[in-house]
Amino acid sequence: MSEIKVKDKDIVVPGEELADGMDFIPSGAAFRENEKIYANRIGLAQIEGRVIKIIPLAGKYNPERNDMVIGKVVDILMSGWRVDLLSPYDAVLNIRDAFDRYIRKGEDLTKYLQIGDWLTAKITNVTSQKLVDLTTKGHNLGKLQPGRIMKISPFKVPRVIGKKGSMMKMIQSATGCKITVGQNGVIWISGQPEKEILGYETIKKIDEEAHTSGLTERIKQMLEKETGKKLEEKGDQR
Amino acid sequence: MSYDKRLDGRDFDELREMDASVGVIPRADGSAFFRMGGTSAYAAVYGPRQTHPRFLQDPAKGVLRCHYAMMPFSGAGDRVRPGPSRRAKEISMVTTNALLPVIDLHAFPNAIVDVFISLPQTDAGSRCAGICAAALALADAGVPMNDMIGAVAVGRVDDKIVMDLCYDEEAYKDGPVADIPVAMNHRTKGITLLQMDGEISKDMLMKALEKVKKAMDKIHEKQVNALKDKFKEAKAEEKPEKK
Amino acid sequence: MMVNDAGRNHFLKVLNEGVRYDKRKMDEYRDLKITRGCAKTAEGSAEVKLGETHVIAGVKFGLESPFPDTPDEGILMVNVEQSPVASPEFEVGPPSIEAIELARVVDRGLRESKLVDLKELCVKEGEKAWFISIDIVTVNDDGNLLDACGLAALAALQDAKFPKVVDGEVDYHEKTKKGLELKKIPIPVTVYKYEDHLLIDPTHDEEVVADARLTVTTLSSGEICALQKGGKSPITTEEVEKMVELSLKKGEELRKVLEKGK
Repeated sequence: MSEIKVKDKDIVVPGEELADGMDFIPSGAAFRENEKIYANRIGLAQIEGRVIKIIPLAGKYNPERNDMVIGKVVDILMSGWRVDLLSPYDAVLNIRDAFDRYIRKGEDLTKYLQIGDWLTAKITNVTSQKLVDLTTKGHNLGKLQPGRIMKISPFKVPRVIGKKGSMMKMIQSATGCKITVGQNGVIWISGQPEKEILGYETIKKIDEEAHTSGLTERIKQMLEKETGKKLEEKGDQR
Repeated sequence: MSYDKRLDGRDFDELREMDASVGVIPRADGSAFFRMGGTSAYAAVYGPRQTHPRFLQDPAKGVLRCHYAMMPFSGAGDRVRPGPSRRAKEISMVTTNALLPVIDLHAFPNAIVDVFISLPQTDAGSRCAGICAAALALADAGVPMNDMIGAVAVGRVDDKIVMDLCYDEEAYKDGPVADIPVAMNHRTKGITLLQMDGEISKDMLMKALEKVKKAMDKIHEKQVNALKDKFKEAKAEEKPEKK
Repeated sequence: MMVNDAGRNHFLKVLNEGVRYDKRKMDEYRDLKITRGCAKTAEGSAEVKLGETHVIAGVKFGLESPFPDTPDEGILMVNVEQSPVASPEFEVGPPSIEAIELARVVDRGLRESKLVDLKELCVKEGEKAWFISIDIVTVNDDGNLLDACGLAALAALQDAKFPKVVDGEVDYHEKTKKGLELKKIPIPVTVYKYEDHLLIDPTHDEEVVADARLTVTTLSSGEICALQKGGKSPITTEEVEKMVELSLKKGEELRKVLEKGK
């Protein structure tokens, strides 16, 4: 007989038994050992039929191909830029992947991107040893204009964006801020100073309470209270 | 002679009062505070992050490195000179080894996870409190780990097996004493740290190790509650706002 | 910092509109919490939390022979450890220059205010005197360690009790009821400069983009007993005047908090 030991949305800790028996399938930060399934991270249990998934509640960003990330230029190389992704691994943006125009070898690269600049980029390749390549060619990629940079847990990014971008749309319409969210948990936000702070605090709240239910409604109330205007957007009611 | 009553009045199997909390050091990637009686430990995790110096890198998996340090005023006697002593270095190594069996850093080649342990006050059992705090901090940091680790010192004072010795028991003069720090993983009670000084028979040692298992469950319960409490608080907060 | 720091530029733009990232006023401290007696092994201890900045100070007493040039005086020593627990930027190993500066600034405030009469620490001239070490260890660095360490040292000294002496040796198991007689309370307040702005108690994010800073340690009499200028940019004499005024005003507030918890 297979038996499940946790409920949907339970907070689980490393080594916690989630199920006993072969009828269930581990997913995310869950693993099988003999007949039993355990969690290998602090996380939120999500039970969908026979699949027990653990969504991590903490952890560093580990780069993955095709992720859209925000990083900071930390060094200039012979043929490109070194970019800090606030991850254990730096990435490299090669000149041929940076701009549509041709840049001669040996040209002064600081004309294009300087140390200290922030940019949005897409990860094009990650090797087994975690060498990471970026591109800034594409829609909405490239150097970011001045704005406030903040960092949240990469695992909370889906909550900040919301279903089909609903949460992000709500924050943007309430604050009038421009916001870009990188999958590495780095967020760029720019707007009128007070509104920018409201946007920052709203995102912080989502980061801290991502595991709770009724979050969208609470965020909506918070934004309406702070701005004194009614919001039309219907968020997801997870 | 017989050791009939413990110096601090506890039962022979009784642990000292414990306190545990996580997320206490916001700058760290994960952190914890763990107190066992008069011994308190902070632990902070930084990483996985880039490895310095580079020669420590392991291309197959991430490296775990623990550092144990007593604050200069945390000793029972004279001021402890800051900086790593031989004792602190050895404890750092056995702490790393005590935690390593449950840590899985295969997803983080060439990276390092640093765990820093710092004790503001000690009353025996400092490496054990440090390990309990470190395991919590690693869990709080979201480092992949297949189990939790707990640690406690068991021992003998004269003719009795005693759990979680305090300083006065370690210094007991009227009979033989043994002090045995032990760390175990929760699920299978595998021993990941075992040291001893003093004198003890094989029989008594085996009995002592058996007793540790029960004590470990109590420590584990405290650790689990600390981890889950961090997320409960946010939930409790939301209620007044809700209709 | 860096030649081109987009983060700093944006921070300054917002500051120019009179707004700090955490909505505080320019001269507003974060919540200050002081807890005494947090380390039972020390003869005196205190924990200071300034917002998320967190330090612990402990005082240890020892009996030693006095220095030959001051045979009738005890010794007061301050040490700061930037424990790597507290920040990804702190490392294991010998004290960094920043930790040494922190310790020296705190030490100068205590020493120059003569808050402890070192002669009172002499037990037997030329033979035995009290050696008092104040160790301050960082737990979380969210900026303004200078003020936090200074306050922690003072609170720990207020908490300290002499240990018992048996046959000329210290018995650390027992404390007496006798505390240190503190003559003065030197309060350090650090004022940070960002272009034309002066602000206090920066968070870590604010601190790393500052142009310059001035730590002013003041007494309740209004006198200044120590100064330390830091940072890469120069400051004008007009700015020094404003910074000292601000330090005196904020110092009074901190003094009240420190006296209240005693």
